[in-house]
Amino acid sequence: MKPAPFAYVRPSSLSEALTALGEDPDAKVLAGGQSLLPLLSMRLAQPSRLVDINGLPDLDHVDVTDEGVRVGALARHSAVLASAEVERVQPLVTLALRHVAHATIRNRGTTVGSVVHADPASELPAVLALLGGSVDVEGPRGRRTVAAEELYVGPLETSLSHDEIAVEAFFPALGPRSGVAFEELARRHGDYAMAGVAALVEVDGDDVVSASAGFFSVCERPTVVDLTCAEDPGEAALAELEPSADIHASLDYRRQLVRVLTPRVLAAATEHARRRAHG
Amino acid sequence: MTTRLFGQRVERVEDQRFLRGRGRYVDDVLVDTHAGTLHAAVLRSPHAHARIVGIDVEAVLDLDGVHAVWTHEDLPGPMAEPLPLLIPHPALTHGRTQHALARDEVNYVGEAIAFVVAEDRYVAEDAVDLIRVSYEVLPPVVGIDAARAATCAVHDDVPDNVGARMEQRNGDAPAAIAAAPRRISLDLMIERSSCQPMEGRGVVSRWDPDTSRLTVWSSTQTSTGVRGCVAARLGLDLDQVDVITPDVGGGFGVKINHPWPEELLVPMAARALGRPVKFTEDRREHFISSAHERGQVHHVEVGFDDDGRVLGLDVMFWHDHGAYSPYGLIVPIITATQLLGPYKPGAYRVRFESLFTNTVMVTPYRGAGRPQGCFVMERTMDAIAAELGLDRAEVRAANFIQPDEFPFDHGLVFQDGRELEYDSGDYPASLHKIKELIGWDGFPALKAEAAAEGRRIGIGLACYVEGTGVGPYEGAHVHVETSGKVKVAIGLTTQGQGHATVFAQIVADELGVPLEDVEVVSGDTRRMPYAVGTFASRAAVMSGSAVHLAAKAAKDKALRIAAEALEADVDDLEIVDGVVRVRGTDASLALGTVAVLSNPLRYAFDEASKLATQFVVGDPGKPPVAEDDEPGLEGRDFYSPQRATFASGMHAVIVETDPDTAEIRILRYAVVHDCGNIINPMIVEGQIHGGVAQGVGGALYEKMEYDESGQLQNASFMDFLMPYVTEVPGEIEIDHLETPSPLNPLGIKGAGEAGVIPGSAAIAAAIEDAEGIAITSMPISPSDLFALRSRKETP
Repeated sequence: MKPAPFAYVRPSSLSEALTALGEDPDAKVLAGGQSLLPLLSMRLAQPSRLVDINGLPDLDHVDVTDEGVRVGALARHSAVLASAEVERVQPLVTLALRHVAHATIRNRGTTVGSVVHADPASELPAVLALLGGSVDVEGPRGRRTVAAEELYVGPLETSLSHDEIAVEAFFPALGPRSGVAFEELARRHGDYAMAGVAALVEVDGDDVVSASAGFFSVCERPTVVDLTCAEDPGEAALAELEPSADIHASLDYRRQLVRVLTPRVLAAATEHARRRAHG
Repeated sequence: MTTRLFGQRVERVEDQRFLRGRGRYVDDVLVDTHAGTLHAAVLRSPHAHARIVGIDVEAVLDLDGVHAVWTHEDLPGPMAEPLPLLIPHPALTHGRTQHALARDEVNYVGEAIAFVVAEDRYVAEDAVDLIRVSYEVLPPVVGIDAARAATCAVHDDVPDNVGARMEQRNGDAPAAIAAAPRRISLDLMIERSSCQPMEGRGVVSRWDPDTSRLTVWSSTQTSTGVRGCVAARLGLDLDQVDVITPDVGGGFGVKINHPWPEELLVPMAARALGRPVKFTEDRREHFISSAHERGQVHHVEVGFDDDGRVLGLDVMFWHDHGAYSPYGLIVPIITATQLLGPYKPGAYRVRFESLFTNTVMVTPYRGAGRPQGCFVMERTMDAIAAELGLDRAEVRAANFIQPDEFPFDHGLVFQDGRELEYDSGDYPASLHKIKELIGWDGFPALKAEAAAEGRRIGIGLACYVEGTGVGPYEGAHVHVETSGKVKVAIGLTTQGQGHATVFAQIVADELGVPLEDVEVVSGDTRRMPYAVGTFASRAAVMSGSAVHLAAKAAKDKALRIAAEALEADVDDLEIVDGVVRVRGTDASLALGTVAVLSNPLRYAFDEASKLATQFVVGDPGKPPVAEDDEPGLEGRDFYSPQRATFASGMHAVIVETDPDTAEIRILRYAVVHDCGNIINPMIVEGQIHGGVAQGVGGALYEKMEYDESGQLQNASFMDFLMPYVTEVPGEIEIDHLETPSPLNPLGIKGAGEAGVIPGSAAIAAAIEDAEGIAITSMPISPSDLFALRSRKETP
């Protein structure tokens, strides 16, 4: 379990990093390394070059405004999780991060890395998608913003091109009449979930104006389902999802978890929204 | 008087080192850059079953940093032969072992094919990737069903895949069942798991051309065993080979099998290349090339009366042996015999077939066949209780061997070739304690309360007996130095159990010295060349007894010398805090001084030794060392028991199952444990905690997910789910019973494996109680439980 040979560069500016990446079509960006390094060690990934962006300046920010939360590419999960401001402006990010692996991994792993690694089992892609967030990307053609709904193409696959670096993720703030909730079921504490659901609900008085849920560890990519008028949210969600089986959860069981978790999380988000709306 | 340390919660002397990261493991040996250590990697088969058509290593030799590569055809002399079948048995008619490097055929994914030595492990792995092997892929046999069906064979010359068939009986079980008023049958299954010690296997070796000596450091459970194999295969005299086992980061059984291919290949390479060579197994290798255990399928026929007394028990089981059988039939024989637990069926017959499959081979893992046997017997007890509508504890009590029936001979032959004869025990007392501890009689009320809240809880109970401390022998050497410090050497290895503490307790008690003056060394063939190994919960019984006897020999000698020096009668002497005293007087002599006097000297090398020089001591009319004596204050003795001593215990567990998600949560876990006289309760409890954690793993989390092509789908800690501390009960409630063994001087029984044995049986019973669904296969996941519920609803 030692990586195959690779070249290693640690640029000190974004333009150097983009050049290093552009020069080599088999190059990979290294940030926190919590997903990439195990892949390298098992030789499941054999990039010819690692572009370590940890030396780039001004990328570890966690900026919170009334608009939302902007997380730099080098901000660690633990830094985002520790921010009371993040929790105030978009509590779903905090709720989800509590379930990301273990403390030692969160100390090193980056939130943006997790967002663009696009593992269908991870929490943050589903959260970004549910909230309608986006990723800012730098590339040879300049900076662009990619909406979450256009980001996730397939398992471990995004619409980013090889020579681009995600520099920032944006999680929109939670509206004053909106609420969120999050629940996942994992075999062990800190494992990838067998199924997970995040919910976003907006109310007007006691009425639900909109309700949607983001699912992870259910299908091949993070999936958002609009459940605003659903009478049976679990079944309504299942109608839109294509769950897959793995060694930890059969197809039937995964469907059962969607059936159980979806109404539970929607109810909790509705409750949260009502509490916020009533101030 | 010095307080007796035997039985005290003495803090482990090892922990300072371990907890501060100062343990020294095999991978820590010869790490200096000037040591010139080379590193090995192994090419392993990607196929479960294939013929090797050709191997091309050409590209490897061109790679910078590669020193050598070996395939089977490069292996010299005995190295080319199949690895030893360590424990032959007449019933093992078709025993098979692998070669150090595969010859012509591979029989599991992970089997070693080529061995590369390079400047570092990175280059060695690069080199492995460059080896080109052409395979003719053969159909694999995966799982017990496929092995029994035998549409294809693992080994061409074993067409039915049956390595061994064995039967044992006591009485006529089929007749007793036929005549019994009640009868049931059950089909039960336990999946594969494995040891997964924190430290995998590891070997380092250095050849010294000046002295023609080979040193091997191995993370093993038997340094003497490895030494014998290395000498034989490398064509060296035993005297040329030293095997040292430094700290070992867990074994749990996988390191008792030997020699692993690398334990021979690394010394071979070190000698051939004239440089130290190191192999450190990585986790993936541990999953696919070290041993597994557990996988068995059982069919039970049982006949009983209306009180639940078992009149006849007939068990047939199929044991998945994997691709090879180096450790003989130890695991299935233990299952066959220890299945009986604390019970005495009227008649018993057990038959098994040991089957080859194209998977990693099976050798003992903590519990060694007992968890399966316990699961089968305890599920049978629960099924009898359910059939009769009786309390599950009562049915067990009706079948117990009674305290006045010891020694109790089951009329069977145990794993050590000796009679299965229990030496002592008190099962009714254990049952009483476990029922009190868990609140057995009050549980139905709790369950009803929970049900009223929409919650499902259930309780389970499981009993076991464990034959511990099997022979043939262990030894100890106790040396009192002239400083008064006591150096103890034992031959078996230590992998974290606390041997340096418990054996020091025994020596300190016997010799009357402070605990901190005693130092215990283990697993170093230079210090104790005669030893067997650490397995079968035998260290405390075997080495503990040997240490006691050796310390007693040293003490006897000390008293004899001191009596002469003090002109006193031996019977008037005592040793307290390292000083020999004449009781009731001021006359005394430090034990260190006695050590000086024990060694008549010509040369005074320090102040103390002046006491022992030729013009100071001795009777000029006699030789300085008497004819039947030796210089030095030492004791050396061996302990060899006639048969194993049988520890026992009972676990009770309360679980809650989620009606919606089928999650299974352990609410309480209670253990009553009887390992005879306890040397150190804290260490025994630690063993129980670890065992219970592994039992929970085996019951709820761990299994080897082979696909039909024989690829292990979960060969990493991401997908093979060992429980974290968050998955193990926060509190394990423990009560002890101490029924001494009459077989050894200290009345000890083993405690190492016990904690894991009844885990699956007890947890299955509790889930069954909570759900009202028969649990016949373990482990069980929420997904599995959900499937069982669905099947119940739509039969």
